[in-house]
Amino acid sequence: MLHKLYDWIDERLDITPIWRDIADHEVPEHVNPAHHFSAFVYCFGGLTFFVTVIQVLSGMFLTMYYVPDIVNAWESVKYLQTQVAHGQIVRGMHHWGASVVIVMIFLHTLRVFFQGAYKKPRELNWIVGVLLFFVMLGLGFTGYLLPWDNKAFFATQVGLEIAESVPYIGGDLKTLLAGDPEIVGAKTLARFFAIHVFFLPAALFALMGAHFIMIRRQGISGPL
Amino acid sequence: MQRGKGMKFVGDSRVPDKESRNKIPKDYSEYPGRTEAFWPNFLLKEWLVGAVFLIGFLCLVAAAPSPLEQQADPNNSSYIPLPDWYFLFLYELLKYEYAAAEYVVIGTVIIPGLGFGALLLAPFLDVGPDRKPSKRPIATGLMILGVAATIWLTYKSAAHVNWDERADYSVEAVPDVEIDEEHPGYEVFANNCLSCHGDSLQGNPGLGPSLVGIPYNEDQIKDIAQNGIGEMPSDQFDGTDEELNQLAEFIVSTNEQAAGEGEDSEEDSH
Repeated sequence: MLHKLYDWIDERLDITPIWRDIADHEVPEHVNPAHHFSAFVYCFGGLTFFVTVIQVLSGMFLTMYYVPDIVNAWESVKYLQTQVAHGQIVRGMHHWGASVVIVMIFLHTLRVFFQGAYKKPRELNWIVGVLLFFVMLGLGFTGYLLPWDNKAFFATQVGLEIAESVPYIGGDLKTLLAGDPEIVGAKTLARFFAIHVFFLPAALFALMGAHFIMIRRQGISGPL
Repeated sequence: MQRGKGMKFVGDSRVPDKESRNKIPKDYSEYPGRTEAFWPNFLLKEWLVGAVFLIGFLCLVAAAPSPLEQQADPNNSSYIPLPDWYFLFLYELLKYEYAAAEYVVIGTVIIPGLGFGALLLAPFLDVGPDRKPSKRPIATGLMILGVAATIWLTYKSAAHVNWDERADYSVEAVPDVEIDEEHPGYEVFANNCLSCHGDSLQGNPGLGPSLVGIPYNEDQIKDIAQNGIGEMPSDQFDGTDEELNQLAEFIVSTNEQAAGEGEDSEEDSH
């Protein structure tokens, strides 16, 4: 049944080359932990992606309960945390995933750096990777405010002061993020929510797509 | 090894090799090693690693519920801010004399800008052909220095934090109240107030605030129940004077009990 359905689609759209192009490649021995245990360092990139998937999925479920306004944000998180079935698990996954993904992306960066894998012809992929790191830090910074507890509020205030200290554009940068030159409040929460849920994930997906297309095109770097 | 759309594996790269290059990288198939097909053999192994990782991750999630502090209060002037751990290095950096006050631009823009800028442009700063860390000592040295500085700053920042004191900021530090359902006032409460103020006086978002920690005495509570206060409309209470007395007594006694517990738990922590 499924085969027939596949054949029906394939006959019209010729989809086989699309996925065969992704599926058909050899994994060289030097990156295969089954042959060299030390090759586990090659897992960090994949684990970063895996945790990112966890973040996306758990985040989607969190938005089913989360309310991005200053009256209800904290209450909705508290409700999710204490009343909703498995809410604590889903929020816990998103909370801890945010830390684990930073650890994994950091280890992945160090692996690529110390192996010199960013050298020609992979300069562009390195740059995209570092941009992904920045996006991830941005997601961490904006996500931190959303529960609207004291920790979130005051850490964000410090973060916005740091943004404000940038010469020339600092004031505008702060206004762009906070929605107001002075107040950290309702507008700030709405903006951080929009940045955290729409803008940065869009950038994240575009960059990840570029990252993966490039590595498929170039293959993984050879042994040292 | 010819594959797909005429792309050629050339050693460590699928980018077509230029003939002018003096050494031609070997094809994967010429390495002495054992290559493995990605689909489906290697993907299955990756899947297994992912499953083990997921189990470990879920153990962490189950063992350590994510924290939630008390609701943001912009007027709280005693609160000591603390960013998430991966921003602690920046937070600590800004405490140094030449990275704060009139030099704050050094701490917020110049040093992080140099560090992250160098990271971003690493392929164009480290242009030699060697990949081994030992053969490019400057790049390796700077990276080790940067990582060590980041870890050191993070450690210093975390070491200054009084984690016991911060536990008081948590939402769990607000005392749990035990509701005495035997109390005659409880039934009155359940009939008149529970729908807005919750079954354990915890409040209900958008409807009514928590009744734990309110500064009113019995007479004031009786007045509020009958005449309302703030957004609370009047005539919420429907019953006899006897029941009104019981209700006020119930709310006050629950508050006293909660206040007593708060003191107890503070004594415990010392």
